[in-house]
Amino acid sequence: MDDGPARRRYAGTEQPLIVNAVELAQVTLGFGDRTVLAGVDLAIRASEFVGVLGANGAGKTTLMRAILGLLPPRAGGIRVLGAAVTRGNPAVGYMPQMRAALDHVRLTGWDFVASGAAGHRWGLPLLDRSARRDIEWALDHVAAADLARRPLIETSGGERQRLLLAQALLGRPRLLLLDEPLISLDPHHQAAVVELTRSLQQELRIAVLFSAHELNPLLGALDRVLYLGRGHAALGTIDEVITGPVLSRLYGSDIDVVRVNGRIFVMSGGHDVERDAHQHDHHVHV
Amino acid sequence: MFTYDFMQNAFAAAGIVSVVSGLIGFFLVLRAQTFAGHALSHVGFAGATGAVLFGLPPLWGLIALTLIAGVGMGLLGERLYQRDVAIGIVLAMSMGLGLLFLTFFTAYATQATALLFGNILGVDATTAWTLLALGIAALAALAAIARPLLFASLQPELAEAKGVSIRLVSVLFLAITALGVAECASIVGVLLVFALMVGPAAAAQRLTARFWHGILLSALLALAEAWFGLVLAYTTDWPASFWITAISGAVYLLAIAVGSLPAFRSAITAVVR
Repeated sequence: MDDGPARRRYAGTEQPLIVNAVELAQVTLGFGDRTVLAGVDLAIRASEFVGVLGANGAGKTTLMRAILGLLPPRAGGIRVLGAAVTRGNPAVGYMPQMRAALDHVRLTGWDFVASGAAGHRWGLPLLDRSARRDIEWALDHVAAADLARRPLIETSGGERQRLLLAQALLGRPRLLLLDEPLISLDPHHQAAVVELTRSLQQELRIAVLFSAHELNPLLGALDRVLYLGRGHAALGTIDEVITGPVLSRLYGSDIDVVRVNGRIFVMSGGHDVERDAHQHDHHVHV
Repeated sequence: MFTYDFMQNAFAAAGIVSVVSGLIGFFLVLRAQTFAGHALSHVGFAGATGAVLFGLPPLWGLIALTLIAGVGMGLLGERLYQRDVAIGIVLAMSMGLGLLFLTFFTAYATQATALLFGNILGVDATTAWTLLALGIAALAALAAIARPLLFASLQPELAEAKGVSIRLVSVLFLAITALGVAECASIVGVLLVFALMVGPAAAAQRLTARFWHGILLSALLALAEAWFGLVLAYTTDWPASFWITAISGAVYLLAIAVGSLPAFRSAITAVVR
């Protein structure tokens, strides 16, 4: 993999003082005969909360898979926390999209979270004291110590998201990738998940990439927004990115940005494109 | 009862096989792959009858074919998802092939019944030792992969991101399951593998939500069901397989009933605390 530019930048300095959480240099991502991102450059800073938005299939999950080292880029270089991307990096926490299969799991939330503690090692799933402490620490940070005693099958969608978040915190990552944590939650629980993630991000001073279909639940929590569309990416503050010209380029059609009572609506020819995307997208992993 | 050699052998074999089945079955139920266990046993029938045809012990044919099928299923992985028709046809073909092999064989009826419904009272000491060796191999392999298996069963995407090879774990687990199914089939027969592989594990998961409690309870229930079934078979002279399946079914129903009682739930919660 070519990660030349980023490596040259740090040449001669053993430990750069502030390392970006994620750096993409001319990265092209795709699978099969589809190109999802083409020649993208961007840098996510060490402790910022970035919302990842874009239409269905714009590449939100694909980008996360690339940062996790699960999808090698077709071109360009990816650096994560100052090092070339590797699969299984303990400094990267990941919360995949919630799967319907979890509805049937009868194990406790505690056992579910614990399965992620060094779960890649061979052998019996025995936990030593430090692993238990790490699990308790993660559960405490999402206020899930009590609900972790209940079987997963008896938890609500919002409670399950807190357990998934705790699992993502195991190993105390410095970069957290959250793939659509708001999916199938009602607005009240959406707000709770966003607020919890924001306070974790601030307290632990970590970088968070938080993908979502809709911008509005994230307003007020985000430092910056990464908007993906048609192979392009736009990264900046909400005022920089959520504008007619930028989004028109990403959607490939005329986009109007309408602000009403502190909420933002991305409209194309009179209908809300984010809301449309939300209607028929729940099981697509792109 | 224990003065008879065949009863000693039966108790030893049932004990070994039930513990192996209960432990493997726990993961099978957790992964919602119980149908795989059922499928493997059907494929094993063709292997067992084929082996008989060539004058080999049926257990070896059973193991050979369940192993091949298990590894194959693991390699196909997601592509088998929602392929009920294709799987069903392969199962029917395996049973048909087994039938064909049997017709070439003279002791047709006894052999067929023994393979389909088990013949625990016919287990000799050599077979019991073979079952023990196979069981230890299967459990050693299960212990080696248990941690990534649990992780991959609950959170496959995260496990993959953390470096677990989902496909490798899945293939290894189905190979282990194949060994377990072959063992189980030689006790209760290929048609009744569910009774020991799935029944106790499903009941255990109704009774406790803790991983270690659940897996140990699953093994314990399987052992109790198999031995109690043998005792009843001895006293009533009814088939052991009948008793084992009947007890397994009754325990599962009881577990559902007890597991949903409020008093039981609060007691369990108290224990977990």
